[in-house]
Amino acid sequence: MEVKVGMADMNVCASPDSIITLGLGSCVGLVLYDPTTKICGMVHVMLPDSKTIGVGTNPAKFADTGVEELLKMVVKKGAKKEKLVAKMAGGAQMFSVNKDSPMLRVGERNVAAVKEELKKLGIRLISEDTGENFGRTVIFYPESGEYLIRAIGKEPKTI
Amino acid sequence: MSELTLESISTQYFDVLKELGNIGAGNATTALASLLQCKVDMKVPQVLTLDFKDVGTLLGGEEQVMAGAYLAVEGDITGSILFLVKKDIAIHLVKKLMGDMASEDFGEMERSAFKEISNIITGSYLNALATLTNLTIYPSIPDLAIDMAGAILSVPAIEFGIMGDKIILIQSQISDDIDIDGYFIMIPDMESYEKILSALGILNI
Repeated sequence: MEVKVGMADMNVCASPDSIITLGLGSCVGLVLYDPTTKICGMVHVMLPDSKTIGVGTNPAKFADTGVEELLKMVVKKGAKKEKLVAKMAGGAQMFSVNKDSPMLRVGERNVAAVKEELKKLGIRLISEDTGENFGRTVIFYPESGEYLIRAIGKEPKTI
Repeated sequence: MSELTLESISTQYFDVLKELGNIGAGNATTALASLLQCKVDMKVPQVLTLDFKDVGTLLGGEEQVMAGAYLAVEGDITGSILFLVKKDIAIHLVKKLMGDMASEDFGEMERSAFKEISNIITGSYLNALATLTNLTIYPSIPDLAIDMAGAILSVPAIEFGIMGDKIILIQSQISDDIDIDGYFIMIPDMESYEKILSALGILNI
């Protein structure tokens, strides 16, 4: 079975299932994964920081709340916290216009915020495919620990 | 007024967009007919509010390949505009403009032609907004992305995401030989919402 994660959404899955998010742009698809139990979770983060925004009702939307919430979810599902590693993809800058817009560079800020949160929680980031200017569909297979990345006009890649 | 959220102003903003959609699509139809040298019809545009999770499905799935033109807006109001159509529709429009010179693979010439078409369409909407509100609005040069719908729409979704969990868009359908579904998304910055609504006499500040 393929577990789907939407925009500003999170979910968990265990082998032999896989977990997928379609068409990541500036958002970040973070996977937390325990190779010993083959349990994983994915969060589709849209914005770096819930604290600067008044409407933080959905923790999955923000890096600062989403990573922590995902950690709780995978541990509840049976993953061992000390075994967890992370992989992430996304954080592209889809457009650039002459006006220097911090909103357009939200991708790199999302990536930085997720990294900071992982560091805070003591989870090691083992691989990433982030930045650039194209969308990504990402699928994680907890059986093998492979994170498959598809993009338009590019060869699929595994990190 | 800093307590405004997208949810709290969406009813008024919805009505503004409906009016804007009607006038803008009318202008765009006239402009396109003269640019493409053919007869262009239009249907009444729809204004849609979507939850983030449904954003991709509207356009035929998150992985549907779309052409999106993005512009920054400055002047009395600031914000951004995204115009998008499915890639095959973009190619159809480009072929209309360029004739047999156009190729399917979206090279520099095709990108440039699609930017011109996007300029005209977004300009039609912005003119409608400027006329309705009496505000001065300058669009930037557009940037173009040919990519998955989900990835392109992540940009306005994130900009709306600061204020709420929904995205508002105008769906317009025009037709020449084929039906052309175009999506127009306008994301004013928070203080610009207030300016637009108060310029229209809807919101008293």
